[in-house]
Amino acid sequence: MLLAPAPLHIPDGFLNLVVSLIFWAATVIMVGLATSKTNQTLGEKQVPLMGIMAAFIFAAQMLNFPVAGGTSGHFLGGALAAIVLGPWAGILVMTAVVAVQALLFQDGGLLVMGANIFNMGIITAVIGFGLYRTVIGRNKNIRLIVAGMSAWLATMAAALLTSLQLWLSSTSRLALVVPAMLGVHALIGIGEALITVAALAFIQETRPDLLDKEATASSGGRGWIVAGILVSLLAVLISPLASGNPDGLERVADDLGFLETGSSKPFEILPDYTFPVLGDTAISTIIAGVVGTFILVGLLILIGRNLRKNRKQ
Amino acid sequence: MHINAFDRFHFHDSFIHRLDPRIKVVVTVAFILSNAILPDGSWLAFATAWLGLLVVNDLSNLGLGYSFKRSYIILPFILVAITAIFSPLGNPLAEWDLGFVTLIPTDFGLVRFFSVLTRSWLSVQMAILLVATTQFPDLIHAFEHLRLPRVLTTIIAFLYRYLFVLTNEALRLLRAREARSAGLPGQKRGGKLIWRTKVTGSMAGQLFLRSYERSDRIYNAMLARGYTGHLRTLNPHKMTRADWLVLILSLFVILFIQFVGWVR
Repeated sequence: MLLAPAPLHIPDGFLNLVVSLIFWAATVIMVGLATSKTNQTLGEKQVPLMGIMAAFIFAAQMLNFPVAGGTSGHFLGGALAAIVLGPWAGILVMTAVVAVQALLFQDGGLLVMGANIFNMGIITAVIGFGLYRTVIGRNKNIRLIVAGMSAWLATMAAALLTSLQLWLSSTSRLALVVPAMLGVHALIGIGEALITVAALAFIQETRPDLLDKEATASSGGRGWIVAGILVSLLAVLISPLASGNPDGLERVADDLGFLETGSSKPFEILPDYTFPVLGDTAISTIIAGVVGTFILVGLLILIGRNLRKNRKQ
Repeated sequence: MHINAFDRFHFHDSFIHRLDPRIKVVVTVAFILSNAILPDGSWLAFATAWLGLLVVNDLSNLGLGYSFKRSYIILPFILVAITAIFSPLGNPLAEWDLGFVTLIPTDFGLVRFFSVLTRSWLSVQMAILLVATTQFPDLIHAFEHLRLPRVLTTIIAFLYRYLFVLTNEALRLLRAREARSAGLPGQKRGGKLIWRTKVTGSMAGQLFLRSYERSDRIYNAMLARGYTGHLRTLNPHKMTRADWLVLILSLFVILFIQFVGWVR
């Protein structure tokens, strides 16, 4: 019932030790920061709130809606949590969710939990909140549209990062796993975006005080905008590179010395290895196009906002 | 719904159940770590690790096949590792022409694939045994002893406590949606996809607000009962001599598994 196979929860054994430890280190730093930030800014009252919000994310993942042919859309919740509760609290909430999914239901491993938290809690919070933060002063529709797009992009970035981790651990081949993961999550992300938007619209109507400008602005500074846009850009730059031209990315990783760290020799893509249906053109180009458009819109909104502010001064 | 619907803890009394939760956490993590370090294709070491798992299964009175029966959970993820079979390293074993793509499985790729699978399968079984023999509050307490940040363990404790309450809330919402979605058999019911997502989104929003307001009430109730920001437990969690002995013995077994894996 709660155990809908979520292809983002990596089990133990699929990532090698080095990749697992690198992402554990990154996660420990971010969660440590989130802990100290929430300790500073929030009272002890926030701790039960965050626990119950984590339980909410858990329960909300049960709310599925039929899509077509027996499949159903599900809800992951990382972007919504970051937007409503603020990025630091969102990271803590998603950390707790991923930890309990792994501990109680074995949905995701223990040694790879760092990577799972990073993919599903930290990246989603950075993108979800960072992009939403750019439009907090705008009217309701623009905010909802940006929230939906950021939820979609956060899902895609999580899928991309998962496939990159699998590839760095030489568990999967880049040319196969990236297009497959991005293709599946392009659809899952649409469901995520629609539910995020609808839930935000509902909260906006019933408790507008939770989403007003000051409440959102005080939960995370402007640094989040920079981080959100940078991470989104990185995801957008890597995904066409990884799906269209895996040799290039492999060479970059090789030059940086990433691949030697793996426990076994990395895969080298055969020069005549072609996968025209997924690898080269259709899906990857469409995805890159959509993502690129979205980033462009985001940048335009940001630039327009700053221009207007300058004119006022 | 009863709390046991989710809980994977089994109310048995056994040697493993009585061990200190800290020992169980440390040994589980060490076992999973050991699996990750073992080189590809060290089947003898994997078999030794599996033997160790069987012993733990037996000692915990759950039956030899307990953890095996529940390890199917990793199956969906096998899909992403299948591509490893077609690794270009190693000698090709066959050539499958599927029309749009030619797949060449190699011996190196097969060894890699089955090693990933075995590691994952062994690790998940140990984690299953951990939660089957340790009550979740004890587990959280063990993490607190192992120096996890207090904020995080408290959030996880709350998550666990209210998981069932909010799941019931979600089930009530789902039941209400069912009840309002009457339809004739064989005919389409409900609206278009967008309409359906909107309904689901409103349910998520509704669930969010009910949870949010419930947390307010919970906090007030906790303050009234003397909450100081710290959850307590009646379990003393004292390490006995048997606990230390089991810890040392298990670490030796894990070292032995490593030895078997690396020395050929």
